[in-house]
Amino acid sequence: MHIAEGILSPVVLGAGAALAAAGTAIGLRKLDYDRLMTVGILSAAFFVGSLIHVPVGFSSAHLILNGLVGVLLGWAAFPAILTALLLQAVLFQFGGFTVLGVNAFTMGFSSVLAWYCYRGIIGIWPGPTGIRAAAFCGGALGVALAAALTALALAFTSEGFQTAAQLLLWAHLPVMLAEGLITMFTVVFIQRVRPEMFQAARA
Amino acid sequence: MFDQPFVRPSLFQAIDPRVRLACAALTAVCLAPLKNLPACWLGLALGLTLLIISRPPFLPLLRRLAAVNIFILFLWCVTPWTTPGTVLAQWGIFAVSAEGVRLSLLASVKSNALVCVFLALVASMDAPTVGHALERLRCPRKLVFLFLFTGRYAHVLASEWRTLSVAARLRGFRPRTDLHTYRTLACLLGLLLVRAYERSLRVREAMLLRGFEGRFRSVAVFRTRPVDALFVLSLLLCLTGIVWMEWKGGPHV
Repeated sequence: MHIAEGILSPVVLGAGAALAAAGTAIGLRKLDYDRLMTVGILSAAFFVGSLIHVPVGFSSAHLILNGLVGVLLGWAAFPAILTALLLQAVLFQFGGFTVLGVNAFTMGFSSVLAWYCYRGIIGIWPGPTGIRAAAFCGGALGVALAAALTALALAFTSEGFQTAAQLLLWAHLPVMLAEGLITMFTVVFIQRVRPEMFQAARA
Repeated sequence: MFDQPFVRPSLFQAIDPRVRLACAALTAVCLAPLKNLPACWLGLALGLTLLIISRPPFLPLLRRLAAVNIFILFLWCVTPWTTPGTVLAQWGIFAVSAEGVRLSLLASVKSNALVCVFLALVASMDAPTVGHALERLRCPRKLVFLFLFTGRYAHVLASEWRTLSVAARLRGFRPRTDLHTYRTLACLLGLLLVRAYERSLRVREAMLLRGFEGRFRSVAVFRTRPVDALFVLSLLLCLTGIVWMEWKGGPHV
């Protein structure tokens, strides 16, 4: 879900940076020092998790996990994803300064929406099956929205990138399914082992 | 686990990390909006010069550049064929347009130029230094805290993940595309998250007991020296040249 630097137009880059800054500000305001260490270590766990390769059909894809971050952290997902992206830039040079805003917004915003979707479904449909459905939808929605926003950023940059953006979107369909399943199983596992993680990390 | 191969002695290590970080950001902001090809080539030249001064190790450099250029390659496979414009060459219904080639070329040159600058100026610092430099550059304190903490524990959790996956493989786990694989991977991931959570509670208590009051103190002292001013001046000169070329040439070159 990374766009390399130097591809997007200045308008898209500026808009991404402004939106990411706003989201991060909201996330940081909702995050007090008591939860900061938990969010930091969970963000490290997501950083590691996004290096995991999962077989999808004949090839493999690395997990994105932004849906799961959203489900566990709520609005705090925004700063967590921003720091993980910054760390990826410093350690592996994926992305750089100018696209950091766009990448953080596409992934952070979709994970916050995934959180609202998860909570909404649980509200309507309580019980274990509801949690499963909600987690699957959250995970799949996180990836789908991130892919759609990335494709939009590409398409807004230039008319010539529109087909590339569409291809990018289609390529993420199987990843969406895999990510939804992984998120569902992980949420069920955490519900069984440490249910308080859902309360403690949110507030 | 995540070693940083680009952190090694070079001329840039003598320059204040804050200055390097600010310069890298400024260069990125100047180069990213360029639309004029000669100006982009100049930017790439600037990036390559910085990269040569920072003396990167060869193999890791190739690997990083390859990783960036995969996305560029994908754009080259699609964009020249799908951009409307004057036809450059045609095979059957497939036509390569001049605009598409120009767009792809622009993206590739700029992308590589920016990666070179980033590799030379930022990747040559270790993660804690980046964090402390960000704090001195007035980044929000909570964000810097998160960054330092994430950087510190990414290594620990990565080695924990490696232990988990080795244990799974020893028990005969082979990843395939099926529900069993997804369920197993998800349980391992869940275990990693649960352990991370418990570790965070322990670390928090330990840090509070030792009187932690919300900010890390760094023993590293950042000092700006005349060398830094010289570096900033020469970089600004180069950037002014590039921006002037862009402004003079306009986008239609």
